[in-house]
Amino acid sequence: MKVIAAVKRVVDYNVNVRVKADQSGVDIGNVKMSMNPFDEIAVEAAVRLKEQGAAAEVVAVSCGTAQSQETLRTALAIGADRGVLVQTDVALQPLEVAKLLCAVVRKESPSLVILGKQAIDDDACQTGQMLAALLGWPQATNASAIEIGAGTARVTREVDGGLEVVELTLPAIVTADLRLNEPRYVTLPNIMKAKKKPLDTETPEGLGVDPASRLQTLRVEEPAGRAPGVKVADVAALVDKLKNEAKVI
Amino acid sequence: MTTLVIAEHDNAQLKGATLNAVAAAAKIGGDVHVLVAGANARAVADQAAQAAGVAKVLLADAPQLADGLAENVAAQVLAVASSYSHILFPATASGKNVAPRVAAKLDVAQISDIIGVESADTFQRPIYAGNAIATVQSADAVKVITVRTTGFDAVAAQGGSASVEDVAAVADSGLSTFVGREVAKSDRPELAGARVVVSGGRGLGSAENFKILDPLADKLGAALGASRAAVDAGYAPNDWQVGQTGKIVAPQLYVAVGISGAIQHLAGMKDSKVIVAINKDPEAPIFGVADYGLVGDLFQVVPELTNAL
Repeated sequence: MKVIAAVKRVVDYNVNVRVKADQSGVDIGNVKMSMNPFDEIAVEAAVRLKEQGAAAEVVAVSCGTAQSQETLRTALAIGADRGVLVQTDVALQPLEVAKLLCAVVRKESPSLVILGKQAIDDDACQTGQMLAALLGWPQATNASAIEIGAGTARVTREVDGGLEVVELTLPAIVTADLRLNEPRYVTLPNIMKAKKKPLDTETPEGLGVDPASRLQTLRVEEPAGRAPGVKVADVAALVDKLKNEAKVI
Repeated sequence: MTTLVIAEHDNAQLKGATLNAVAAAAKIGGDVHVLVAGANARAVADQAAQAAGVAKVLLADAPQLADGLAENVAAQVLAVASSYSHILFPATASGKNVAPRVAAKLDVAQISDIIGVESADTFQRPIYAGNAIATVQSADAVKVITVRTTGFDAVAAQGGSASVEDVAAVADSGLSTFVGREVAKSDRPELAGARVVVSGGRGLGSAENFKILDPLADKLGAALGASRAAVDAGYAPNDWQVGQTGKIVAPQLYVAVGISGAIQHLAGMKDSKVIVAINKDPEAPIFGVADYGLVGDLFQVVPELTNAL
């Protein structure tokens, strides 16, 4: 079977982002960008399915600007066979990404699409579910284990209060949680090999999708700061502060 | 303008998160209806009918709705969606699972994890792990929204007197089946709704050492939480994780023990009313958000604190 892994280029998770003075957004002009951490887990899961013999081909797909090619090359270095970039300069939102991915999925007809459970920039947690809805496929979000059977996928999901297991009829959509796997480090030889792997480019127009969203961001602000705290000398002082100053115990 | 709130429940009990979502719905204005989709869930519908501000409860009761499968629940929401201007889900694991499926079928952008309502079409939501707050305006005819429960004070569970109306349940999609569930049993308060949370991090060193937090949590009537480092190391179960990718909490008192305070952890707890940090590293970033910091060895401080309470 064919597996698609969807990847997004985001501000690196270690970067402390700054809000722009004109409140139009956060300043990502000169910051380090990386593959969304959950998408790394998704690619790793897809590549492991190939290594286990459950998948024949892994295709990495990304939607975004030309720089998203770097993100796709990283996916290829992890072990994806080829990449597809849906290139646009429009700032994409989850519904539009889901529509673009839907068009790519219809072309590629994979049996399984794995995405990250959320992107760490917009924290939306929507794209996988939306893609499943558009395709009319079953979904399993927040996966911590995937087992492929005959025409089915058995997925363990992380839910509030514990775990649950669902069985999906393939083709299906799975979104990866943190504990699905530990993504491998990409090695230099694999980075070199990844440069030779095929990477196709599509456009929203070519796929027949309007990339503009009906959701408008009016402004982006710093969260309200906390008043500076104090360091206390010992436990007695701490208990006193909690009882008499904060009055929380 | 009428808002539909999708109830979070386990077929026996209405979950508190629903009451926070009803509070958000009340801020939007207009009537508030609640949909209970489940199996043998009449008791849940009756509880929802008593919640303050709820005008009507819709009950869809069928075996295929028992386990909250996204395919079936989303279809159920869509079956009644046409009379509503807003559809709200609590931003819990199940709400986040179903809401985008509903939004995509309605061809509308979903607004995730709102923490504020500015008007019927304008909402605030945190982005970048809570390091920025975006105000977004939706031009869609129907607004599909998930509500961050810590952003809105729950409405009273009693005092309402809504009618319960049965609605036809949708057929089983046949796309997925529920296999099983492993629910962690705990006598402690639920993490997301607790008044006090005691959380441990990598500094605890082992699952055995993590138990040092039990007596402290008992004395404070607190829920236990953990940082990702502690969960990954196996010191604490996954569903205790507080942070961008775990639970978002905003208790009256949050006690962070042996937690350095990575951005991703702060995203889950920095709206707590009072934050206490206990850490041996005076430079740990957690002290940047703590109201009261105590630099010291947690293995001495925690028992001492427990005894002092």
